Amino acid sequence: MTSSTSGPKGKPIEARSQRSQWSDRSFTWLTRLMAFGVAAVLVFIGVQVAIDAMPAIRRYGLEFLVTSSWNPVDDAYGALPVIYGTLVSSFIALLLAVPIGVGTALFLSEDFLPRPVRTVLSFMVEMLAAIPSVVYGIWGIFVLIPFLGPIGDWLHQNLGWIPLFGTAYLGPGMLPAALVLTVMILPIITAIARDSLISLPPALRQAALGMGATRWTAIFRVLIPAAFSGIVGGIMLALGRAMGETMAVTMLIGNSNDLNISILAPANTVASLLANQFAEAGDLQIAALMYAGLVLFGLTLVVNILAEMIVQRVNVYK
Amino acid sequence: MEHTAQHTDVPALRDTETVIATEQLNVYYGDFLALRNVNMAIPERKVTALIGPSGCGKSTLIRCFNRLNDLIDSFHLDGRVTYYGQDLYQDVDAVQVRRRIGMVFQQPNPFPKSIYDNIAFGARATGLTTDLDELVERSLKRSALWEEVKDKLKTNGLSLSGGQQQRLCIARAISTEPDVVLMDEPCSSLDPLSTLKIESLIRELAEEYTIIIVTHNMQQAARMADYTAFFNAEATEDGKRSGYLVEFAPTRKIFDQPAQEATRNYVNGQFG
Amino acid sequence: MTATDYRTRADRARRAIADQTSGPGYFDLFWTGVAGFFTLLALIPLVLVLAYVVFRGFSRLNWAAFTQLPPPPLAPDQGGFANALIGTLIMVGIGALVSVPFGVLAAVYLSEFSQGQVPRWIRFATNVLSGVPSILMGVFIYGLFVITTGTYSAVAGGFALGVLMLPIIVRTTDESLQIVPKQVRWAAIGMGASKFQTVLRVVLPAALPAIATGLTLAVARAAGETAPLLFTALFSQYWLDSLLQPTASLSVLVYNFARVPYEGQQRLAWAAALILVGIVMLTSILSRWATRKQIY
Ligand SMILES: Nc1ncnc2c1ncn2[C@@H]1O[C@H](COP(=O)(O)OP(=O)(O)OP(=O)(O)O)[C@@H](O)[C@H]1O
Ligand SMILES: [Mg+2]
Repeated sequence: MTSSTSGPKGKPIEARSQRSQWSDRSFTWLTRLMAFGVAAVLVFIGVQVAIDAMPAIRRYGLEFLVTSSWNPVDDAYGALPVIYGTLVSSFIALLLAVPIGVGTALFLSEDFLPRPVRTVLSFMVEMLAAIPSVVYGIWGIFVLIPFLGPIGDWLHQNLGWIPLFGTAYLGPGMLPAALVLTVMILPIITAIARDSLISLPPALRQAALGMGATRWTAIFRVLIPAAFSGIVGGIMLALGRAMGETMAVTMLIGNSNDLNISILAPANTVASLLANQFAEAGDLQIAALMYAGLVLFGLTLVVNILAEMIVQRVNVYK
Repeated sequence: MEHTAQHTDVPALRDTETVIATEQLNVYYGDFLALRNVNMAIPERKVTALIGPSGCGKSTLIRCFNRLNDLIDSFHLDGRVTYYGQDLYQDVDAVQVRRRIGMVFQQPNPFPKSIYDNIAFGARATGLTTDLDELVERSLKRSALWEEVKDKLKTNGLSLSGGQQQRLCIARAISTEPDVVLMDEPCSSLDPLSTLKIESLIRELAEEYTIIIVTHNMQQAARMADYTAFFNAEATEDGKRSGYLVEFAPTRKIFDQPAQEATRNYVNGQFG
Repeated sequence: MTATDYRTRADRARRAIADQTSGPGYFDLFWTGVAGFFTLLALIPLVLVLAYVVFRGFSRLNWAAFTQLPPPPLAPDQGGFANALIGTLIMVGIGALVSVPFGVLAAVYLSEFSQGQVPRWIRFATNVLSGVPSILMGVFIYGLFVITTGTYSAVAGGFALGVLMLPIIVRTTDESLQIVPKQVRWAAIGMGASKFQTVLRVVLPAALPAIATGLTLAVARAAGETAPLLFTALFSQYWLDSLLQPTASLSVLVYNFARVPYEGQQRLAWAAALILVGIVMLTSILSRWATRKQIY
């Protein structure tokens, strides 16, 4: 065997080539720049929207948040109805999606069904999140709204004395929008709740069952409490998603800026207000819309930061 | 707990030239002193084995030799590690160090690439302008893998058996013609037959390379190593265990007439 | 604590649990039924939406749909969404072109080069960014780009989609890179490969299948998005002949044509919705299948 190819044994180690050092350094810097760039985009969005909202902020101040007129003719703008609509539609959606989502997550994380069936069903629930928002919109217009007609009429006729059903069902309105929102956030809650349930240590369940607890006692007393913060994190993420959801809501909510407590009446959200008016708005109206957008940005930012903090704490605990 | 410095003085190994030497080497992970006051001189073209109980810092030491510990944020050392007299931690580029001092790991870790590309990687990375086909063949032959894989050089390295993967990793390590090959328990995840193959391979490689091998297997050290260093770990005042070199001598001496009681107990399996 | 003490407590606990289950299994049966019913409830919308989209959209998917411009309001069953399809492809392409290098490099920093608290904060910001409503990405690009260039355009739309895809790409690439075992990195570094070579020749190729899956999902997600395009790309009835003019997209076409009283346009909206759903479903299923044959 030739040993002539051997390296320079014993010779001092020389410096690395300039090119190699330079490529290492510049590559590292490039990636660092990009990483900070991603964080910067988040800040930029806030700053850009705030700058564009400035004329409206100066003119209307904080009163914007509690004023309920939206009148481009008189330049009178207030975001109360859309903020109310955003919060209420998200709240109704959560109210429905949380039990259904957590129930589904339990059903698909325990061994009620054979594993392959569970995998397929979980995948199908996840597919709910993949369907584009605008497709839910068109489905809502042509299928859900007509379908809800008799139900809405019945609610108004029989329970009309409750303010929530105080107006006649006109089609587009809070009810269909909130229902579609429910469907859209369901997969988020289910997926995260299921993840946190699955990642619980098996010993926990065995300990509970070993003490003679039945399956559902174990679920209620041990598993759900242990997975609680994960589930809450998922719910917060879903809330953020619901508040910012645009297309399906815009197509179904009726886009009325009148504040109405009835869920059968048309309403509006910040996101759908933007979707509806932005393209045709004049200068001050754009600023007012930007102001509303800034409010939405702040709301979702707070919710998402809380959600992330909860989810991260859970991950650390894992 | 006072048998530290006086027992670690190393017998002078002046029959061959020293490749790597440590002088008063202390290694830390953060505040934790993992290795303390290691002085040893590793001879050229011999097999040197590092033995000792788990956690005594064998891996830590071997990773100091090619500056792989640089990857660990909390790592730092004082004292000196020299390579033919040159301080490895003073004005030396770690990447260049690793081109001279190669490494084989405990878990076989071929790249998820073809067998051919695994071997050619080093040459390509270092910009060597050799005949790659020839380099691949030569490296595989020297690591006794050629006959088994010569017809499937394009298949993924991960498709080989564990023992074959480890020999592929050895072939990869020697493809760049390092001076020293560090091996951290290279056989611990392999079956006995693969282990035997790799042992005899290591013996052969020692004709050309300096081999430093960590092993938990006494017989393996006895069979293969020319020199053996025994490390132990011991609780310091703050209750943490830091490792130190107990004895470094020709293998025969370590196993037959060790100077230290602790060494005798360890190699006779009466360690506790 | 004494032994008897312990025993009484254990007894008490056992009795408490035994009391719970005194009904012969009805409690469990009831809740299993509820959970199963909720699961069914969750799946019904999927089946209904898919069924309707296929049912209403499929019959309209003729050759003209893929080759012609959108029909005028009163022309029944003429025309197509060819310009919208092209617009979607181009804008998603622009978005990917912007966000893929950006996001992949950022993820390389997070998983390969960063240390300490910095990556934690950037990951945090990335996750928060992915929760920012997509319509605000449109608002952002409107302020940044549409106002500056003075026109709605494919480029603006593409940028808005790019912002949308960015956090998804960062996160999936980051995760894919972290799946690559650190032993593989050590192998490369231990041979004297530089950081650049280790990442470019070993780590990224090893993670490539997983990264590609993530990119595909991001692209599919962007293809279905409407809100960021509403006032960046707007819409157009005509063929695209410049990247700096209003541009049609499938999703905005669905939005526009679903709300008009003209049946011809409504039917085209359903057909476009079917295409969107098809793209998204197909990529999701394919990516599922692809992740099965990953390296690690
Ligand atoms: N990255 C690290 N950070 C902090 N401490 C570490 C790190 N790596 C190793 N240690 C500590 O350093 C000491 C020596 O570890 P090392 O891995 O070198 O031991 P070893 O002799 O190789 O053990 P084994 O035989 O189990 O491989 C141990 O106490 C270990 O916990
Ligand atoms: Mg070790």
